[in-house]
Amino acid sequence: MAEIFELGIAGIRTGVAAGDFTAKEVAETFVDRVSAAKSLNAVLVETPEHALAAAEATDKAKAAGEALGKMAGVPIGMKDLFCTEGVVTTAGSLILDGFTPQYESTVSANLFKAGAGMLGKLNMDQFAMGSSNETSAFGNVISPWRRNDGGNTDLAPGGSSGGSAAVVSGRICPAATGTDTGGSIRQPAAFVGITGFKPTYGRCSRWGTIAFASSLDQAGPMAHDVRDCAIMLEAMSGFDPKDSTSLDLPVPEWEAGLKSDLTGKRIGIPKEYRVDNMPPEIDALWQKGIEWLKDAGAKIVDVSLPHTKYALPAYYIIAPAEASSNLARYDGVRYGMRDLPDGAGLQDMYAATRESGFGPEVKRRIMIGTYVLSAGYYDAYYTQAQKVRTLISQDFDKAWESCDLLLTPTAPSAAFGLGEKADDPLAMYLNDVFTVPSSLAGLPAMSVPAGLDGQGLPLGLQVIGKALDEQGVFNAGLALEERAGFVAKPEQWW
Amino acid sequence: MNMTESTYRIQGATGEWEVVIGLEVHAQITSNAKLFSGASTEFGAEPNTQVSLVDAAMPGMLPVLNKECVRQAVRTGLALNAQINKYSRFDRKNYFYADLPQGYQISQLYHPIVGEGKVEISLDEKDPDAHGKTVGVERIHIEQDAGKLMHDQHPTMSYVDLNRCGVALMEIVSMPDMTSPKEAAAYVRKLRSILRYVGSCDGNMEQGSMRADVNVSVRKPGDKLGIRTETKNVNSLRFIQQVIEYEAQRQVDVLEEGGEIVQETRLFDPDRNETRSMRSKEDAHDYRYFPDPDLLPLELEDDFIFDCKASLPELPDEKRARYKNVLGLSAYNAAVLTAEHETALWFEELLETAEQPEKIASSAANWLTSELFGALNKMGLSIEQSPVSPQQAAELLGLIADGTISGKIAKQVFEIMLETGDGAAKIVEEKGLKQESDTGAIEKVIADVMAANEDKVAEYRGGKDKLFGFFVGQTMKAMQGKANPQVVNDLLKKVLG
Repeated sequence: MAEIFELGIAGIRTGVAAGDFTAKEVAETFVDRVSAAKSLNAVLVETPEHALAAAEATDKAKAAGEALGKMAGVPIGMKDLFCTEGVVTTAGSLILDGFTPQYESTVSANLFKAGAGMLGKLNMDQFAMGSSNETSAFGNVISPWRRNDGGNTDLAPGGSSGGSAAVVSGRICPAATGTDTGGSIRQPAAFVGITGFKPTYGRCSRWGTIAFASSLDQAGPMAHDVRDCAIMLEAMSGFDPKDSTSLDLPVPEWEAGLKSDLTGKRIGIPKEYRVDNMPPEIDALWQKGIEWLKDAGAKIVDVSLPHTKYALPAYYIIAPAEASSNLARYDGVRYGMRDLPDGAGLQDMYAATRESGFGPEVKRRIMIGTYVLSAGYYDAYYTQAQKVRTLISQDFDKAWESCDLLLTPTAPSAAFGLGEKADDPLAMYLNDVFTVPSSLAGLPAMSVPAGLDGQGLPLGLQVIGKALDEQGVFNAGLALEERAGFVAKPEQWW
Repeated sequence: MNMTESTYRIQGATGEWEVVIGLEVHAQITSNAKLFSGASTEFGAEPNTQVSLVDAAMPGMLPVLNKECVRQAVRTGLALNAQINKYSRFDRKNYFYADLPQGYQISQLYHPIVGEGKVEISLDEKDPDAHGKTVGVERIHIEQDAGKLMHDQHPTMSYVDLNRCGVALMEIVSMPDMTSPKEAAAYVRKLRSILRYVGSCDGNMEQGSMRADVNVSVRKPGDKLGIRTETKNVNSLRFIQQVIEYEAQRQVDVLEEGGEIVQETRLFDPDRNETRSMRSKEDAHDYRYFPDPDLLPLELEDDFIFDCKASLPELPDEKRARYKNVLGLSAYNAAVLTAEHETALWFEELLETAEQPEKIASSAANWLTSELFGALNKMGLSIEQSPVSPQQAAELLGLIADGTISGKIAKQVFEIMLETGDGAAKIVEEKGLKQESDTGAIEKVIADVMAANEDKVAEYRGGKDKLFGFFVGQTMKAMQGKANPQVVNDLLKKVLG
């Protein structure tokens, strides 16, 4: 039998239910794994007491013969964007240094209700702005992966859910929450060889999740495989009257609906995703993916999403615009950091607090967002970007006339070394080129680990589905997963 | 209605100037909870005791629209005969201030919930129809109020009270249709009356439930509109008029000295009765309005609008017309009784006690506007606080109508009612104030009076008609005022010949 720490959600659930081990043993195992992984800097706050308490509750419920929740006995990592009652929550920013919410985000509360425990709060790019975890105010996360060149270059785990990616791939937590605004679940999942799922916009409540770009932000699971993602997403999602954009729909039973036979499904291959300078290994993997899906019974069709090249520019207008407004509340008046120089007035306090509290990437985006919303520029930037957003949605609608799902690479490269792109924000933004269009359209999409590049680093394939067709995405993901046979894991060096 | 030219003019060195006024009235929507949170809106609570996580803009908090506020805004729009926009949307107005935790106010810039409507105003309260005017309403939108800074709590720091933060406001924007301070006051008064009828705002200006931004410009009659200034947050009818008078005169002075009016925001200082520049257009905020991504567009169903319409009470203009035309009240009484909804309701409750309301309407209206208003005024009470109920008033008026007591005695009875809260009939009975109509008893007294004043009787019979009043007075006096005056008159005429 596998070691407990190698198990994912389904494995733990089955083992606990069968009495192979107790939830407490599981929690203790992962609590130790977390405390032994400090060198990765993936966990900002360790919460062993939370994980152990949840485990005890599960063991007690089991002993009493009560029905167990979907996540019973599974301790998870929580991205630090989710407000957790009584546990410091910073979104990776100094401006929220020491901020302890008196409330629990809907997503974390849903997971706890399903029996999950929390091992700790996970490091991330500051306010979820970044693709490498280097914008965290608390130091970057180091990926558990190393290149196979014998060197010891520290690699980026991707971002913004880099802490989540690192702990799941390093088997430090069996699963973790992520959030995805333009690719922040899928790109890191691809970088570290795990599965990450971004549901349809509105499936997961945004209440209590620190906002980056409200019209794009969606929570989702990051886990070992497709089944684990399906289980966890069922536990996370659901209508929330406290979020006006939450979908008032029942949560489907995705796990029960898993099926890798794709007979009758049409998979679209968007030609615009063949970008210049794409590494041949990624192109080759994409081809393999096409073959795997054919093998699963699907029909492959070529489709066109003509406005794809405008997605990234539109995203980098809309997301910063919303962020510039969403982050105005961090002003030093009510909570978090306050920098009040001697004799300073209100404006000086704002300036000093925001100057020292926000990191450079956050400031850059606030400035971009402020600019594009300014009088005289609004129409040229924001209005135009919204029109592009509509066109991109229409591109997808058009594609759905000839296919049911889309297959693309998740990211244009494998994980890069820390520091390699830190000085070039535009190169960094290009990481999102394949993930942003489906974010703009609010569509469900997932990254499935599908192979390794020549340096021994994981590469992911992305499946994009119609709004609300999470099941279709899960099923295609499962077909890929079964055929890719991806079993590579980082060797433990930390 | 009869449009009348305003005659309000500023006399300048270069001739007459006309004043053009537009008002943005901020009216707090009557609702137990705030516009986007469940926190209470009650006035006067301890600072920061009515603040939800949303109001304090804690990380991750989201607004959820309070449907009651939407309903009240739609009802208000319907009461102003305005266009109801079935599609509206919320925008963020971004600026930094310590009383604005989110760093933005949620408002409706691009797609307001209510479009164009109108308010009928009058400068003649006694006969509104004679001097009426229509003031256009450009739009009504709903938005959040801000909190309050307190500068007097600490020597070097300012404190913030977030109780008001997030309270729902309607901003009712008029067209620049008013041309005198009096018209502006009449507009606000009428608007306040309608809002109170509708129940969408309590109209309490002292508590800040209603306040106005006053836009003023001047021009030579017939010229195009001048550049306007906007004086913010003026919170009484008197101040609104003072702002207009001051601003108009100031602008005329500037223009006649060859200067230019700067489009700017100004503040009113009631202590010095002047307005002062707050910020000019150059340092005006760039509010960076954009649609709030936390809220879906607001789409209204026909049924909802229909229900809002059905829930409206009879509004002041309709009511006034009915009082005049159906109940036969004077224009003055109709206007006075309908100006405040509570007065009209009180009056109607009184009428309900009568089998044929139109029969007692006029006398009841006269009694209400003179006796009751006089008494309440003296006691400093509003009509809802009246110690005498409409039913008790009806009983009193009934005793006058059936001749049980005279109008004069009724005043005395009313005073006792105010003091004791007792019913009129009980008081009349206990104090023996019942009017004497028995001719035998009165004849006997008249005989005594004539016997005691034989000289006066002779003078009267000799042609001194004026003495008739003397006999009436003596008879009434002898009967302690309780004799039925009509019977006394009739009998005296008969006896004196």
